[in-house]
Amino acid sequence: MSAAKDEILARIRRAVGSRPPGRAAEYQAIPRRYRQAGSLDRAALLDLFEERLRAYGAGVYRALPADLPATIASAAGARGKSRLLVPAGVPAEWLPETLEFAPVESADYAALDASQGALTACSGAIAATGSILLTHGAAEGRRAVTLVPDYHLCVVRAEQIVETVPEAFRRVHAVDASLLTTIAGPSATADIELTRVQGVHGPRTLDVVIVE
Amino acid sequence: MSVRVGKAAGAPAFPSAARKLVQNSQLRQNLRRATDTIRGKRNKVVQEMPDWQELRDAAHAIKEHTVRHLDFYLERFEANCARAGGHVHWARDADEANAIIVGIFKDHGYSEVIKVKTMTSDETQLNAALLAAGIRPHETDLAEVIVQLGDDEPSHVVCPSLHRNRSEVRQIFLEKMNLSELSEAPEDLAAASRSYLREKFLRIGAGFSGANFAIADTGSVCVVESEGNGRMCLTLPNLLVTMLGVEKLIPSFDDLEVFLQLLPRSATGERMNPYNSIWTGVAPGDGPQEFHVVLLDNNRTGVMADAEARQTLDCIRCGACLNSCPVFRQTGGHAYGSSYSGPIGAILTPQLQSLEHSRSLPYASSLCGACYEVCPVKINIPEILIHLRAKLVEDGYPPLAERAGMKAAAVAFADGERLAAAHKLARLCQWPFEHDGQLENLPGMLGGWTAFRDLPALPRQSFREWWAERQGGRA
Repeated sequence: MSAAKDEILARIRRAVGSRPPGRAAEYQAIPRRYRQAGSLDRAALLDLFEERLRAYGAGVYRALPADLPATIASAAGARGKSRLLVPAGVPAEWLPETLEFAPVESADYAALDASQGALTACSGAIAATGSILLTHGAAEGRRAVTLVPDYHLCVVRAEQIVETVPEAFRRVHAVDASLLTTIAGPSATADIELTRVQGVHGPRTLDVVIVE
Repeated sequence: MSVRVGKAAGAPAFPSAARKLVQNSQLRQNLRRATDTIRGKRNKVVQEMPDWQELRDAAHAIKEHTVRHLDFYLERFEANCARAGGHVHWARDADEANAIIVGIFKDHGYSEVIKVKTMTSDETQLNAALLAAGIRPHETDLAEVIVQLGDDEPSHVVCPSLHRNRSEVRQIFLEKMNLSELSEAPEDLAAASRSYLREKFLRIGAGFSGANFAIADTGSVCVVESEGNGRMCLTLPNLLVTMLGVEKLIPSFDDLEVFLQLLPRSATGERMNPYNSIWTGVAPGDGPQEFHVVLLDNNRTGVMADAEARQTLDCIRCGACLNSCPVFRQTGGHAYGSSYSGPIGAILTPQLQSLEHSRSLPYASSLCGACYEVCPVKINIPEILIHLRAKLVEDGYPPLAERAGMKAAAVAFADGERLAAAHKLARLCQWPFEHDGQLENLPGMLGGWTAFRDLPALPRQSFREWWAERQGGRA
């Protein structure tokens, strides 16, 4: 153990003094009277998610499973995209024949930077905050995939959407949240006169397809 | 241990720094505009939360619990982070932290580093230490780029360039990015920052960051940001070093659900900031393959020792207290002379320095309580300001004349006859300064009041005299 660690821990123990036993019980007793879950029905939930995404300047589409490839094609087409990177875990039946797709796994930083954009799935979504959660599994790609390209097209299944932050975080934590990125709209800044500007270093354009 | 908080130890006292700054009308206009915007947005998104107060209560309780058991949670974080492939270092003070960080980058032969905004590195003056070792740090947060290229000091914990307006930013960028043309539209300024930094993100193999939260039960670290520069620095380099103050610990992953609701709404008035990154040690095939965490004390443990002021360490650096403070809104952050300004800076900066420096800061407040009201973790800043003032008085801080004056006032106010005599004396002496019922240009310390505010002259007759006369007339 380092001398610095010894000293810091000793200083903490001196500072806080003696503590009654039962740290875990004390933690459990922390009042959590905030909302643990939402109350909206499914239709209202999807509407809220869409409204919040639009407030950030994201594009939003809705599709039935059978229409997903056509919706992806028209979303990408509307942004002038003809070729997207796609992680290996994205189901082949999502992909329209009218677009070209290249695997992200072999793309280095230069290839990501030069690409037109990336199409991925996600691990969850939050209606109240318009957030998308990525845990970077096989259908979402490593973190750089949804960061370096200037365009991100994300498919969200309706059953992945919950209303509140606690619901979403517990869901992903129950599976694996060792790598977790939450995305709320395209990259943005408010550093000049605290006025929001959309599009800085991350993707400047975000489109979301909600599959019902 | 040698504690350093930015350049606070050598900074001028708040009143003299503030006196100069409030005369800069451009600065005051920038401040007013920016803080008005952000307060409006914050209020709107806070009001839509039906459980805001319950979230604040939970956050306060989590932070208080964590600090009380900080030794346990730090060791738990260390063990879990190490298990996931991270290296954990402990630093007693700023110099020790800087030496560890410089050492890591030097050992790997890096001469450039990309940096995510972190006020903790301003506290330790890391950039100067890196430069002295021949390593060039590139700030990547837009506001930090503005500060770094403008050879300036940060003035706000969330937006370090708050004191600059768009045309000033344009001037700095034109000059320092070697551009021939640039408009002052925030969109174009952000785009200039994007193209200036992109090459650096893709090329430089070493990254440095602070952290918003470190999670003990998973060993994960969380960075909250907007631009994607954070994600770039956390993801693209092969080597990542993260420094965080020991108070950034939270016990469990589940606690994030509280703080990630409070922080963005309080800091930038957004329902959620564009990006949150949470990572755990090293992830094979994704991001940096070598990861170091430096846990910094720099006398946070000294702050902990004062039970009444310990809650200072609950701060999650949202900046809401700055934006709502009537003093900060006039002077801006530079008057505080520290990495941490505004109400939270007025209590944190002097405490980190064991009240040996920045002794004027606990007085840089009108005690109106706006800071406490907006604080997402319910730090009772006014109470701590008063507590620190009391400690400073015990330590003989206020000038001799003020203390003598207060003693005299105590003597006079303690006894009715003495007070009446004092009133009489004051009435005799006030005539040279009286003008239309107001006192003007009072001498000495009292002049500090009359230079900017009205002070009514004492009336010809005091209440006590009037009462005595009235009673006498009746009898």
